[in-house]
Amino acid sequence: MPADFISNLYVFILAGFVGFELIKRVSPLLHTPLMSLTNALDAIVVVAAIIIAGRHETPLTTLLGAIAVAASFSNMVGGFLITDRMIRMFKSRGSKQS
Amino acid sequence: MNASELQQYLDFAYIAAVVLFILSLKFLSSPASAHWGVLAGEIGAALAVTATLFNPEVTQYKWILISLIIGAGIGIPLGMVHMTAVPQRTALSHAFGAMSAAIIGIAEFYVGTAPVTRFEMGEIALEVIIGSLTFTGSLIAAGKLQEILPQRPIVYRGQNIVSLSVLGGALGLAVALVVNPAHAVLFPIMVVVALIFGVLLVTPIGGADMPTVISLLNSYAGFSAALLGFVLNSKVLVVAGALDGSSGFILSVIMCKAMNRSFTNVMFGAFGQVQASAAGTKEERVVRSANPEEAASILSAASKVVIVPGYGMAVAQAQHKVRELYDVLTKKGVDVRFAIHPVAGRMPGHMNVLLAEADIPYDRLIEMDEINGDFPQTDVALIIGANDVTNPAARTDQSSPIFGMPILDVDKAHTVMVIKRSMNPGFAGIDNPLYYLSQTLMLFGDAKQFVGSIVKELGGH
Repeated sequence: MPADFISNLYVFILAGFVGFELIKRVSPLLHTPLMSLTNALDAIVVVAAIIIAGRHETPLTTLLGAIAVAASFSNMVGGFLITDRMIRMFKSRGSKQS
Repeated sequence: MNASELQQYLDFAYIAAVVLFILSLKFLSSPASAHWGVLAGEIGAALAVTATLFNPEVTQYKWILISLIIGAGIGIPLGMVHMTAVPQRTALSHAFGAMSAAIIGIAEFYVGTAPVTRFEMGEIALEVIIGSLTFTGSLIAAGKLQEILPQRPIVYRGQNIVSLSVLGGALGLAVALVVNPAHAVLFPIMVVVALIFGVLLVTPIGGADMPTVISLLNSYAGFSAALLGFVLNSKVLVVAGALDGSSGFILSVIMCKAMNRSFTNVMFGAFGQVQASAAGTKEERVVRSANPEEAASILSAASKVVIVPGYGMAVAQAQHKVRELYDVLTKKGVDVRFAIHPVAGRMPGHMNVLLAEADIPYDRLIEMDEINGDFPQTDVALIIGANDVTNPAARTDQSSPIFGMPILDVDKAHTVMVIKRSMNPGFAGIDNPLYYLSQTLMLFGDAKQFVGSIVKELGGH
């Protein structure tokens, strides 16, 4: 088994536990914004897509990379935008009167 | 700066991004700090994207810039949709995310600079299978939520056998590729079979199960990104994918518990369909109904009111009228709160977002476990567009398909009022004994209009 795999597995397991502990603490009020925010964070696959689109190999890989950049970047932009809009809507009674 | 120094800076940028992502989720623990979470996530993502543009492997920028612009052009309108459209937007973004992960895996396979080892082949095959099935599955889910496709479950005899054979086919092709990575011709076939499986996975699932399905697809999309991180040896992808995957996973488990579904059901996506064949002998039972005037006078005489919103409220777009009702009752000194069942609506937290959009303060939105003890002291429980989550048969009737599902104990309130179009049973086709109780009043009509009439009677607008 490659050494990279083992170190990635460590990272994966630790990140999974961190995620579990963090997400358990997210208020159920915010489960919809949670899903759109994790979607936006997950769109970080755009960095891999950028490398594929910019590596100048075959026209096929450039095309595939470009499609992946567009799809994941739309998730990143749209995900942060809608999460921000949703979170602004949550007001407590105190802030509503001001 | 030489290449290895540059690589170090890039790595530091990615590490900073990972830290910001974790902080982002941490800030989401309460509505008061949540906006910091978005900011942390945005900075982290911007940092990672900018750093990547300096990667020495990136030599041509034309297509990157064009596709970033296209991506922003698609993403901005998708970020501006109405709150009622958030479930389908979310399903669509799962589709986009999974598609990117699958496409990158496919591109990685075809780059083929170094011959792929069996181990790498296995990683790529698994990643591409999960990404592809999540892509088509999420598209079907989005189509159902947008009502382009029928919301009713589409089922046929031997469905599970067909679906599982297709999945088995995809996995079989993956194994064949691992055994001999030179059989590249099998790869596109495997992708197509996985795409077909995604369609088969979600088509049989009905609208009321959507909160679970969306969470599950969220989880799959996250894990496909994490697997891609393994393929590309990119820790930032592994972390972001693991966070997203575990988030979707936890939400699926919460949704499952709230519907009394077993964990195995989630893992294999085999959602048992509720068949209302046992309707059988239906004796005529009396229901009492009331008009807006009567409803208004009962509400204004109450001191504690709990409103139970459901998907019907979203369909009728009644949330703004509900806010007016909340305002007028609060002005009269009535204590009004909202009882939120975890699976009310079409995705986790759907009702909270709709009511928050209508400017209802979030401290009035109470979770099921917190509010259930208060129903015996509640004067009026007003149910707007919710059905199964209020069905007392879930507590008492062992033969009911929803027996064991945790429900809102609205039947313990002094008076129960149900706004409903007609006596037709709900989505699952299950009769609700709540409607025949002596303290229950049925308010027949469109939710938006009926709430509007009550508001008028109470002297608001």
